[in-house]
Amino acid sequence: MGQDITLKEKSQRTSILKPVISKITTVFKQEKMFESLKKLGITVLSITLFIGLWHLGSKALYNKEANFTIAKALEDQGQAAADAVQACIASGDSSCQPNTLPSPSQVWTSLLALIDDYYIIKQDKIDDAIENAPLNAEIRQFNIDNAAQIAAGDIEARQEIEYTGRSSFLDIVVTSIKTVFAGFLLALFIAVPIGIIIGLSPSLRNAFNWFIQIFKPVSPVVWYLLVFMIVKTLYIGNSSDNSFVISFISVGLCAMWATLVNTAMGVASVDQDYINVAKVLKLGTFQKIFKVILPSSLPLIFTGLRITLSVAWMVLIAIELLAQSKGLGLFVWEEFNNGANDSNAKILVAMFVIGIIGFLLDRLMLTVQNAVSFNKVEGV
Amino acid sequence: MAYLELNNVCKTYDTDVDNTEVLSNINLSIEEGEFVAIVGFTGSGKTTLVNLINGLLKPTSGEVLFKGVPVQGTSHERGVVFQNYSLLPWLSVGQNVLMAVKEAFPNRGKAVWKRKAAHYIDMVGLTPAINKLPKELSGGMRQRVAVARALSMKPDMIIMDEPLGALDALTRGTLQDQILNIWGKDKRTALLITNDVDEGIYMADRIIPLRPGPNATLGPEFKIEIERPRDKTALNDNPTFKKIRNEIIEYLMDIGDERKSVSLTEYILPDVSPKHYVA
Repeated sequence: MGQDITLKEKSQRTSILKPVISKITTVFKQEKMFESLKKLGITVLSITLFIGLWHLGSKALYNKEANFTIAKALEDQGQAAADAVQACIASGDSSCQPNTLPSPSQVWTSLLALIDDYYIIKQDKIDDAIENAPLNAEIRQFNIDNAAQIAAGDIEARQEIEYTGRSSFLDIVVTSIKTVFAGFLLALFIAVPIGIIIGLSPSLRNAFNWFIQIFKPVSPVVWYLLVFMIVKTLYIGNSSDNSFVISFISVGLCAMWATLVNTAMGVASVDQDYINVAKVLKLGTFQKIFKVILPSSLPLIFTGLRITLSVAWMVLIAIELLAQSKGLGLFVWEEFNNGANDSNAKILVAMFVIGIIGFLLDRLMLTVQNAVSFNKVEGV
Repeated sequence: MAYLELNNVCKTYDTDVDNTEVLSNINLSIEEGEFVAIVGFTGSGKTTLVNLINGLLKPTSGEVLFKGVPVQGTSHERGVVFQNYSLLPWLSVGQNVLMAVKEAFPNRGKAVWKRKAAHYIDMVGLTPAINKLPKELSGGMRQRVAVARALSMKPDMIIMDEPLGALDALTRGTLQDQILNIWGKDKRTALLITNDVDEGIYMADRIIPLRPGPNATLGPEFKIEIERPRDKTALNDNPTFKKIRNEIIEYLMDIGDERKSVSLTEYILPDVSPKHYVA
């Protein structure tokens, strides 16, 4: 009864105050909008400043290299040659451009070129599929007709013809994201359970400590080589492409240490108060782990997972490069060796794409963390 | 036979440097339905004593008997209200209590658990906050959740370790009344650890001062023969209250002085001077 009365009083009061409250909220919202506009403004300003500095820097480098080329031509071949080189550089002809840090506009142009390239390749793929359609249909029909014999192993099934041209930039990015996700999941499934187990037992922690300390600082290149040695042997006699497997395992093993250490630490340092609660409530071991220890160490586990994800994304380039997996790492390496006029700009495009995807992945992890964990974290 | 009995209980914590005996020769017996308060300075080993009784710690020597049986680990028969609430921050008020109910009555089914949890939350007046997380509550509300959680397991004895220590005077008063109310309803045995003499006198049947550690022991007991329900405002003019209060405070002050005088031992300093001292 008493509660009903208070509730009613409250609702009456709200109805009287409604216009006032709505006015306050609008003012508050305006203030909030102003606040977010300010934030946005500062971000835009800092981006502009960055691009401006980059532009000036690349221009200075460009001039330095251009002047050197002209001076060298003058020294080696005389005035006429120097003039020709100067004219060539001024004309923007691609054969004599200085090969240095590309300017922001060059990177932008390369990005557009890569996008155009994506559509060209897409069209290529469609054309390819149309061209091969009759042949593929024949092969399919052959496989169906001879299904019994194929199953018996008398005849080998024929492979359909697939697109074997170069991959577009988008394909490359997708391959890299797949590699990182596979590696991240591998790290998750190895590091979290092991972390929990060694976090729970001080003696196991001691037993594993040397192992962690030795393998934690191992470089991505060495991880790649280790994984290569093992996977190569496991794949012996199998001609299929194992570069993806090698690269995701290497990425996972290289990146899992942060999660392992953080999970172990989180589990080992659960507040004694919570442990006491678990003891007083007489929770079973299983319940204690899943209802008290894990929720309490979730923030640290997630911190570890975020570090793992960013490390995975970081070491990806080196590992894909070595493994010849068709991802961003190989793209960067091939562009570097290619030495075409826009190679440097493409490398920078890849760099920015890597950075932006890394940033988005971290936001994603942060969102997941805040959704499942009891304390909210502001991303930095 | 007493309900809870401590016989010559000693507790030593092993450290690298030396073994400090925190509690020595604790003898205590509490009858069924009794409300006993233990008063002591901070750092005198009160929490250690509580943990010995609730089974989180084992005595180094001596024995703790509950209903005549030695205490072996924790038990649902002894509910604990911790000093710092110890609510699980990722669970709501309802879930915190529900967790305890589930453990105490494992075979009852969801409906019973929920009803029981709701009942005890209502008992401490927190029904409107049932879905809130502990961090959204005030200190007093959190402590009430902790009380509800301890009670929801239907313990035979409730042990409270400075439950109101972190609260302001007004909230403290209301909560004291609430706890007394609940205790009065089904007369469970209660042990209250506190550093507030007035609180002890207001709530308990008996007060026992804990002489400060290391080597803390229990002092002489003070019986409080003031009829219940006690009126807080009238209590201040009650001659029995005044007398007991003065006696206990005097006793504690004397101990405090003793403690100070102990620390006045003279240290002999080595005769040292700077090596290359030039006047």
